[in-house]
Amino acid sequence: MARAAVQRRLTWLRARLTDNLPASTRVRRLVFDVDGWPGHLPGQHVDVRLTAEDGYTAQRSYSIASPPEDPRLHLLVEDLPGGEVSPYLTEEMQAGDDLELRGPIGGYFVWSAAADAATPADRRRPVQLVAGGAGVSPFLAMLDHARRAGDPTPVRLLYSARTADDVLGGDLLGPGATVTLTRGAPPDWTGPTGRVDGALLQEHAFPPDARPRVFVCGPTVFVETVATTLVDLGHSPSAIRLERFGGTGDPA
Amino acid sequence: MALVSRGFGRRRSATTDDRLPPGQYDTGDQFPVLSAGPTPRTPLAEWDLVVRGEVAAPQTWTWEEFRELPRESVSVDIHCVTKWSKFDTRWEGVSVDTLLADAGVEGSYVVAFSDGGYTTNLPLDDVTGGRAWVVDTYDGQPLAPEHGGPARLLVPHLYFWKSAKWVRGLSVRPRNEPGFWETFGYHDRGDPWREQRYSGD
Repeated sequence: MARAAVQRRLTWLRARLTDNLPASTRVRRLVFDVDGWPGHLPGQHVDVRLTAEDGYTAQRSYSIASPPEDPRLHLLVEDLPGGEVSPYLTEEMQAGDDLELRGPIGGYFVWSAAADAATPADRRRPVQLVAGGAGVSPFLAMLDHARRAGDPTPVRLLYSARTADDVLGGDLLGPGATVTLTRGAPPDWTGPTGRVDGALLQEHAFPPDARPRVFVCGPTVFVETVATTLVDLGHSPSAIRLERFGGTGDPA
Repeated sequence: MALVSRGFGRRRSATTDDRLPPGQYDTGDQFPVLSAGPTPRTPLAEWDLVVRGEVAAPQTWTWEEFRELPRESVSVDIHCVTKWSKFDTRWEGVSVDTLLADAGVEGSYVVAFSDGGYTTNLPLDDVTGGRAWVVDTYDGQPLAPEHGGPARLLVPHLYFWKSAKWVRGLSVRPRNEPGFWETFGYHDRGDPWREQRYSGD
């Protein structure tokens, strides 16, 4: 169970980078082999620690973008100009390099078929995911997990990206996903455009009557706005779980 | 000895190192927002603050009564477990010592509880002796809802999840009982200088 899983002592583990791949114009997919990885639930994150020659260390948190079924750990890292850790991860790290990480961390912003099976009352409730930008990362773990587990829970994703080139996730998105583009769409774009607002949520998300469990992840302002809108639309505050990305990148 | 990351070096100023707990960075002018659920919006007319639990005399203040309590200004560094720290944040509010003064406290722990259902646990010693406040003002302005307004707990010497947003009261307890994040594997006490992020740290 989620709670038991996170009560272990979290020790630093050696992780070896096996791939550093472009995931979109500004995001790279880093794939790690982690010695002794204890497994995780979709939605959990890891702390990454970098150590310089002089002993200086920096830590950051990243959501896990891969499902528990994948033996390797995938992180989607956005290159934040002027950042200290993300440029190192995206530009400097090469296959074969090691870093330290620990986890999995967080037992609240998670969804899994196994957890649903243990709580039959929840199982009948659909899952609504709402992502802004790289905040789609934990949802890709959830979607991949749902697909591999063959889980019958209805899952929808409403995903706000800047442009078509920024969309992460590819074929994982599937028919239950709606992408809205906020900064211009190509001429052949058939999906919605503009920010996630009440109208988009009413059209593309499970309605409050369906009692969905709602997960929202993205930049601070995005999450705050979407959460408020969901409550205004009639969703129960207790059904809404939030995770924020880009702690340094967005004014609050 | 930690594993050295090939080619990694410090990119940020080292001038504030003595004020930065291990693993933290200075977020500068930013003030990130974190919360597990939507921001509650309780009208001030319905707001109250209570002290209850293991006390001889439970206390309740309406918003107007709370605003009449003796106030203090505090300027402190704050440290979030998600790694950011923010220096010289300026708050105004009421010392927890003041809130507990007439309650007749009979326990050694408190659970702070909030609108929206959030809770966090603290030893009584961590919220008394001039180390904790219920604040309603940030940087001279009413505390914004996303930062915990109308009022939040402020316990700056512990990781900031202990500084419960939207606080509505303190429940004094005879024993330590984990709060919301503590139940999900975060450290029971959360001292940033000992880097007590997660259970077992």
